[in-house]
Amino acid sequence: MIGTLLRISLINLRRDKIAWLLSFVVPVIFFSIFAVIFGGMRGASTAKVRVAIVDEDNTDTSRRLVAALQAEPGLQTFTERPAKVTDQDAKPLPLNRELAQQMVRDGDLPVAIIIPAGLGKSFPSFDGTGPGLELLADTSDPVAPQMVAGLLQKAVMTGMPDAFMEGGLSQFEKHAGKMTPEQKKAVEAWLPKLKEAKTTKNGPGESSQAFGLVQVKTTDVLGAKKSNPTIAFYAAAVAVMFLLFTCANAGGGVMLEEVESGTLDRLLSSNLNMTQLLLGKWLWLTLVGIVSVTVMFLWGAIVFRVELFSHLIGFFVMTVLTAGAASSFGLMLGTLCKSRGQLAGISTTVILIMSAVGGSMFPRFLMPEGMRTAGLFTFNAWALDGYQKVFWRDAALWELWPQLLVLSALAVIFLVAARRLARRWEIA
Amino acid sequence: MDAGPAARLAAEVTAQMNSVLKVVQAHKRYGDVQALAGADVELRQGELLTLLGPNGAGKTTLIRAIAGRVRLDQGQITLLDQALSSRNGRARHRLGVVPQEIALYPLLTPLENLEAFGRLHGLSGPKLRDRVDWALEWTGLVERSRDIVKGFSGGMKRRLNIACGVLHSPDVVLLDEPTVGVDPQSRERIWEMLDRLKSTGASLILTTHQLDEAQSRCDRITIIDHGRTIATGTFAELVERTVGAGRLVSLTLDRIPAAAWNGLEVDEKTRTIRARFDDVAVGLPGLLQRLHDAGCRVQDVEVHGPSLQAVFLHLTGRELRE
Repeated sequence: MIGTLLRISLINLRRDKIAWLLSFVVPVIFFSIFAVIFGGMRGASTAKVRVAIVDEDNTDTSRRLVAALQAEPGLQTFTERPAKVTDQDAKPLPLNRELAQQMVRDGDLPVAIIIPAGLGKSFPSFDGTGPGLELLADTSDPVAPQMVAGLLQKAVMTGMPDAFMEGGLSQFEKHAGKMTPEQKKAVEAWLPKLKEAKTTKNGPGESSQAFGLVQVKTTDVLGAKKSNPTIAFYAAAVAVMFLLFTCANAGGGVMLEEVESGTLDRLLSSNLNMTQLLLGKWLWLTLVGIVSVTVMFLWGAIVFRVELFSHLIGFFVMTVLTAGAASSFGLMLGTLCKSRGQLAGISTTVILIMSAVGGSMFPRFLMPEGMRTAGLFTFNAWALDGYQKVFWRDAALWELWPQLLVLSALAVIFLVAARRLARRWEIA
Repeated sequence: MDAGPAARLAAEVTAQMNSVLKVVQAHKRYGDVQALAGADVELRQGELLTLLGPNGAGKTTLIRAIAGRVRLDQGQITLLDQALSSRNGRARHRLGVVPQEIALYPLLTPLENLEAFGRLHGLSGPKLRDRVDWALEWTGLVERSRDIVKGFSGGMKRRLNIACGVLHSPDVVLLDEPTVGVDPQSRERIWEMLDRLKSTGASLILTTHQLDEAQSRCDRITIIDHGRTIATGTFAELVERTVGAGRLVSLTLDRIPAAAWNGLEVDEKTRTIRARFDDVAVGLPGLLQRLHDAGCRVQDVEVHGPSLQAVFLHLTGRELRE
């Protein structure tokens, strides 16, 4: 008896491609995505933090610190602002404090290290006197500033051990009295060796100890005045993912239901044509999407202090275009599939993957570079980047143009695709 | 001068003028399946025409082609003297389409469904209200007009399904299996509705499997098999052309007579003999006398009139449900 049941189940599974996909393929895809994000693929390098370095001190010490930071494998350093296509001369600009701050503000990179004037003279300062290093940070990525602060300690300790020793001895003599001539001679013989040793790289599995002796002052250039800075990101992330699910079910699903129940035939036998039908469905889904996202953000504003009311225009524009593109996507999925079962399987798979890669499940700044680039092929990434610009960077409307352009293009492309796919229902 | 041919010509011309829908040599292939292979249909003004045929004969394809939902590979459809094409939506507005499925929005009430489909057919204002009121009365759903359709019985849904297709007062109504899956009482009610609709001047074309309904309710019958029209006419005309108007008489006996009699079918297992008579009143007494003379006692007598089943069997060589 049980054997017969197993046989029936096996035959059903063999013939149900969607069940196959959800049982065996989707879990493997998800595992792979998470493995790449958190574990890294075999041979893949760890994600580097992009960091700007501004040397205002311009001494031998500061130059050595810049070199040590540039040699740090965990950092991708910039001492010049890359040329932008909008620049007339299209040449890279040497970075200064203002430019570096602007790059952080624009989201070009999450952290800038400022080596202030006078650092070399007082380095290392064990008693807290003299200027410390400054980090200008975009704390929408809470990991990068912490990581850079740690790597700074490491770079100083491993890249400039002789400077540390000299400073340490000077402090020793100041508080404990002069060393004997023999002691001084021994130290002077040891310091050059220490200087040479800093060029030796750590081998695999080795780690350098950081004592946290470098003063680092972190300045949040964006979120300092915000009441609950990261919550808007999560509101957008969750809203966009559920918007896609809603549109797939309410848009694509309803189209298929109309086909299966025969109401589509009836509708098309009236004065309505397929283009009008799709536009009507699209408009409805877009309105539902706008309301759904607005409810989410209103809840966020009331309960979690999301700064909705000070960003209403940007929010509204982003929400209209996001909902419009999601509606088109839902209709395209619906017109692509042959049954509601097929739609459920395909939409779940596609939306979960897009959400994972596009940043709805965890922020893209946590992802390796390759995955971040892959995210740009998803709907979610563009929508979330837009909301991020509105709520985090206080971007003006015109600054949203890349996101608005991509979302508008996706809305049109998906809708045109849906219209073409729907031709099979129009007339046999 | 002979008036016969002139009268026939006049009758033919009148009939042609009265034709509201004409399908000529419709062909449609889906991959390897030839759904229509030369189907011809003519619907006349104010008549109820049945398309009869087994499953897969091409009835629904033909209805869908007329409704503009299937593009013919070959053939022509003329509705009210206008050739129909997939692009000719204007003429098609004079059609009412009632699909086989219950094509309603289940979470809407009858009132809301009727209003929605009425608007989509271009009705509005007082005209829409009048037609919705008419449809609710016509379907007997006035009392339930504000209940959601989901909880309705199959028969109620069917009636509303038909009403949504005729709300815009079409000249020609296409009904695909309008009585399928409903109990006899509901079926009777649907037929009453269709009779009323016909009395308003609408011309109806419907598909059905119900031979008795086709035989008793419809003005003319078109029999379709393997995508082709194999016969069309009134029931009497079809009978005349195929099995003839004679009656089949079945007699169940206590035993089968020993000698074989010409013109009789004998079923020894059921002890039944069958004979066909053009006039039962003339033929049956003679047969009864012969049986009496042969010492056989008659236990039961049945007289069968000509049936559509027999006509179909005669035309196709098989039962309708095969």
